[in-house]
Amino acid sequence: MSIQFETPDAVEKQLQQVRIVAENVMRPESRYLDEHEHERPVKFVNMMWPQTKLMEKASLEASLARLARKSNGDGNGNGHAANGNGKAERADIGNLATIHLVELLSWGDAGAYLCIPMSALAGAAINAVGTAEQLERFLRRFTEGKPKWGAMAMTEPQAGSDTSNIQTTATLDPDTNEWILNGQKIFCTSGKLALEESDGLVVVWATVDKRAGRAGMKPFVVEAGTPNVIIAKVEEKLGIRASDTATIILDNARIPYENLLGDPEVRTGQGNKGFKGAMKTFDATRPLVAASAIGIARAAFEYTRDTLAKHGVKMEYGKPRWQLTTVQADLLEMEAQIKAAWLLTIQAAALLDAREPNKLVSSMAKVKAGKVVTLVTQKAVELLGPLGYTTDLLVEKWMRDAKINDIYEGTGQINTLIVARQILGYTRKELK
Amino acid sequence: MYSFTMTSEQKMLVDTVHRYAEKQLRPVYREAEETKAAPEKTVQTGWELGLLPGSIEADYGGFGEYSALTSALYLEELGWGDVGISLHLLTPNLFAIPIALFGSKKQKEEFLPDFCDETFPRATAAIVEPVIQFDPADLRTTAEKEDDEFVINGEKTMVPLADKAELFLVYAQENGTTQAFIVPGDTPGITVGERITMMGAHALAVYNVSFKDVRVPKANRLGGLKGIRLNRLLTVSRLNLAAMAIGQAKAAYEYALQYAQERYAFGEPIAHRQSIAFMLANMAIEIESTRMLVWEAAYKYDNNEDATRAAYLAKEYADKMVLEVTDAALQVLGGHGYIREHPVELWLRNGRGFATWNGLVMA
Repeated sequence: MSIQFETPDAVEKQLQQVRIVAENVMRPESRYLDEHEHERPVKFVNMMWPQTKLMEKASLEASLARLARKSNGDGNGNGHAANGNGKAERADIGNLATIHLVELLSWGDAGAYLCIPMSALAGAAINAVGTAEQLERFLRRFTEGKPKWGAMAMTEPQAGSDTSNIQTTATLDPDTNEWILNGQKIFCTSGKLALEESDGLVVVWATVDKRAGRAGMKPFVVEAGTPNVIIAKVEEKLGIRASDTATIILDNARIPYENLLGDPEVRTGQGNKGFKGAMKTFDATRPLVAASAIGIARAAFEYTRDTLAKHGVKMEYGKPRWQLTTVQADLLEMEAQIKAAWLLTIQAAALLDAREPNKLVSSMAKVKAGKVVTLVTQKAVELLGPLGYTTDLLVEKWMRDAKINDIYEGTGQINTLIVARQILGYTRKELK
Repeated sequence: MYSFTMTSEQKMLVDTVHRYAEKQLRPVYREAEETKAAPEKTVQTGWELGLLPGSIEADYGGFGEYSALTSALYLEELGWGDVGISLHLLTPNLFAIPIALFGSKKQKEEFLPDFCDETFPRATAAIVEPVIQFDPADLRTTAEKEDDEFVINGEKTMVPLADKAELFLVYAQENGTTQAFIVPGDTPGITVGERITMMGAHALAVYNVSFKDVRVPKANRLGGLKGIRLNRLLTVSRLNLAAMAIGQAKAAYEYALQYAQERYAFGEPIAHRQSIAFMLANMAIEIESTRMLVWEAAYKYDNNEDATRAAYLAKEYADKMVLEVTDAALQVLGGHGYIREHPVELWLRNGRGFATWNGLVMA
């Protein structure tokens, strides 16, 4: 092994086509989609579906193969294929490829990117703890037919960062062997796409035992078409307006017993692998949010740099600081910050691909990228002002789109807390 | 691919340098700072690690090849140990590395072998000038060609170990570009002036040096007719300084991290408070961010890509980071951080230095 900073050819190749989509399909519709909240980027969806279908298929087959090896007892089940046929090699850059894809699509348009037809966060949760039967039943649909979406419903009106405070309940009806879900979920990204606009699904977090706290929290798969599941509202937002953010009401919604993901038992401490396992999926999803943030930041930086270049502002790499104008210094700062955040994100994804612990770097990347995109886009509006402040240019939209990245998948503060606990070796009791 | 694992050779080197930093530099850093002198024994032990010969080819007496990344890895450890003594230890590099990078075959053969044995060489470089707005690309010191000689005139400052230097590498402007000249210490016209006291890194003795009609043979122009590429030289120095800044910041961060867990206020460790814990978390994030920037730029350099831009961004980032992190570390210690019993006040003073030391580290 040695330290290397080289984008694999396979990733580069994949990006070539996506770049065309980002430039020619996403960018031209950006303003329209921002002004017509909740309209769908139909063209983008239809263009991406053939590709995402294939990605879903590859991911599903890899997961099924992993489970098969595990049940045959001839593998350690950690997903490392020992059969030198090249599949293992491909699997090893999966996360790296995905962050590059997300970065580029977000460079195109962050709102439209969120409408990419995929199992998304639901897929991550199902992949993490699902059985072969569940994988087949829930994820096969994302490999065929019409575009579909997956989503995750965690947040509730009274439970944001404190996810363990959720009140939605799951009660087992012993007569029918069904779970009965009751509660209200808010801020569910793509909830409407998943449940009303496609044959998708949502992973809903509910408690089977309120007194058990975290140990009682379990993920349940709720499929489109389930009776008594209502999309009550879609939020009107500061940015990412092409993406729906749904309120879901579960009013005695009945789902099969087998829709529970992972261990049905309520276990505390070390045995509570269900909750911890699910929290672990954040280690994989946080780099994605970081990558999205960086895509927006890069869009804003490049546009600002190139526009100012036409007005005679040159980037000077090598001059002493005192020779730079404040605008040049600002641009250099933006570039360095974006690069730092991106390299952290790459490290988080590469560690994940190598199946090494990445919790710390993953949260570091999320904190950094959330901060960077906020500052960079805000700076871009300032540097291009007053025109930059108007809807004639896209920078004001990018600034609005940017902010969500410092909020969802754990706010900057929650992720800073995770970093702090990691470096101090503290539990949540020691560091609240 | 992207990979963040050192080679086993690099790991071994880093472990060795870390041990030196921990066992040799840390125990004496305060005494060296207060007495304004790097202990000779510590420097000698450091020299015997063979860091410089490791960057010099076997043809010229060394046993390695130059790698900016490997240098960055061990400089982080030296910066972690003590910046002042390390700058002293690395002073001969200021002469040798530019020779290795740009020297003609003859110059390499003549000078480099002396840098590959166990005696600490008395060689240094004069680059910085006593001005507020210093620009290595626009020097006031001049070198003018007269017949078969160059005549050097100008004032330099922050010249490390100039009082005992037997060899100087003097940077001067020649027809509008910066070039370097090999100047023996006993050449007439060189006056080593007062020792300068910097804000930090007192273990390193730096001097004003004046060059008045200093004549050297034409052959002493570094790189012969080709000369040097200042841009490339500064890229290396930027990477080196940024790497050392990471080490300095890491030292301060680790100290604050431990202090915050041991220091009780209101009945519990202060690290139990988000106001402190978040400072520590941000320090960790910024250190790792800088490390990524430096490694990536060094990787580019080693792969013969143009690393100017990457190294410049990394250095600019590191300058800011090391100041912020050392300052935050002092803040975590509160009043105790302000007392010289703890090292953090020195580390803050060192931290400020990085933005002003362009060209003062070569490795």
